[in-house]
Amino acid sequence: MNNAIFLNIIRFVLLVLTQVLIFNNLHFMGHINPMVYVIFFYWYPIKGNRALFMVISFLLGFIIDVFSDTLALHSLASLTVAYARPVVMRFCFGVNYEFQNFSFKNTTKVQRITFMALLILIHLLVFFSLEILSFYHFLLILKKVFTTGIVTLILCTLFSSLFSPKNE
Amino acid sequence: MQRIINFILRNRNAFLYCFLALISLVITVRSHSYHQSKFFNSSKWLTGNVYGTASDVSSYFNLREENTRLVEENERLRRMLFNAENAVIEPLDSSLVNYEVLSARLVKNSFTSPRNYVTIDKGKKQGVRQDMGVITTKGILGIVENVSNNFATVQSILNTKSNINAKIKHSNYFGSLVWDAKDYTTAQLVDIPRLVPLVVGDTIVTGGMSSIFPENIPIGVIKKYDLNASKSFYNIDVELFNDMINIKNVYLIENKNREEIKALESTTTNE
Repeated sequence: MNNAIFLNIIRFVLLVLTQVLIFNNLHFMGHINPMVYVIFFYWYPIKGNRALFMVISFLLGFIIDVFSDTLALHSLASLTVAYARPVVMRFCFGVNYEFQNFSFKNTTKVQRITFMALLILIHLLVFFSLEILSFYHFLLILKKVFTTGIVTLILCTLFSSLFSPKNE
Repeated sequence: MQRIINFILRNRNAFLYCFLALISLVITVRSHSYHQSKFFNSSKWLTGNVYGTASDVSSYFNLREENTRLVEENERLRRMLFNAENAVIEPLDSSLVNYEVLSARLVKNSFTSPRNYVTIDKGKKQGVRQDMGVITTKGILGIVENVSNNFATVQSILNTKSNINAKIKHSNYFGSLVWDAKDYTTAQLVDIPRLVPLVVGDTIVTGGMSSIFPENIPIGVIKKYDLNASKSFYNIDVELFNDMINIKNVYLIENKNREEIKALESTTTNE
C-alpha cells in the first residue's frame, strides 16, 4: 500500500516536470503541445477513493497551470476527467470493471486504447473550449483538439507500454 | 435534516466536483476579465527557479546564434553613433534621461495559447516594475505584468488582452495593435481610418501615445489589409519582425515620466 502511494507521488512530480519542461516547449508543427500528463488518470489505481482522486487531479492540473500561466484551465480539465473516469471505464470495459479481481491485464488492447483516447478527448475538449471561450472559434477548437489529441494519444500509448506498472 | 445530510453524503463526489469546478471557473473568468492572477503565476519563487535552472542548461545550445545577434545589434548602434551628425553629448544629469534600459533573459517562452505570457529572470531586486515595456533587438515583445523578487512575467503582444498603441512609420496615423490568436507571426492593427493611404510592406512602429514604449520602436510590416465590417476603418495584418519562437535576450524600458503622465491623466479624467 505504501509502495503504491510512493509510486504515485513520484509519478505526479515526474509528470509535472516532463509536461512543463519538455512537452510545453515542443511546439510540434507550430502549435501542438501534447499533454502527456493525462496518462496519470490512466495509471491511477482503479479502486482508490474517488474523492481523493478528484482532489489530486485538481492539484495536478493546478500546478501545471501555475507553471504555464494558464490559470485554472488545466485544473478544470483534469478535474472533469477524474470525475468522468468511472463512466468512461464502464463504457470501455463493461460492467465487470466493478468486480474485485478486475485489472488491466485481462482487457484487450483495443479497450485500453479506447479508454485512453476518451480520457484525452474529454481533457482536451474542456481545456481548449475554456482556453478560447468563444463559439466563434468553434472550428479552431476542433482543429486543436484533433491534432493535439492524436499526438498525445501516440505519446501516451508509448509511455504506457514503456513504463507499464507490473503489480497493478 | 437527516435526509439532507444523507443526500449530500450519497452524492458527495458530485458536490466535490461542482465545488472544485466552480473554483476553477471563477479563477478562469477572472483571468479573462482582469490581469493574470497576482498570487499564482510563473514569476513566483518555485516556478521561477525551476524555469531558471532549465533555461541555464538549455541556453548553452544557442549561445553562438545569440552572440551573432548581439554583435549585429552592436554594429548597428556603432554605425548610428559614428554617423550621428553633430553628435549630441550624452546627458549626464539623470533628470534629463527619459528612458532607462535594463537587460534580461527569457526563462520561459510561450506562443501557442491565446493568452501568452513569458517569464524573464529579472525582478523587483533588479529594478523591474509593473508596466515596463519589453523589447528585443528586432522589435517589441510585450509589457511587464507581475513582478516577484527575482523574476517577472511579461504579457506578450501575442495575447488577446494585449492592446498597444502603434502607428505607420513616417506618418501620425495611429491605431491599436491586437492579436486574434490565430498565427504567432502576425498581429492585427485596427482603428486606422479609411482615408489613410496604405501600401503592403509599410513599416509599423510604436506610437508616441503610450507612456510605456518610446516612439518608433519597430513592430512589423503590413502583410495585407482590408476594410472592417463598418467599412470605415482598416483591419491590417502586420507581419512581426520578431521571431517569437526564438527569443533569449530582451531589454526592459522604463519611462521616467510615466508616474507624472499617469497622475496628470487621472486628475484630468476625474474632473
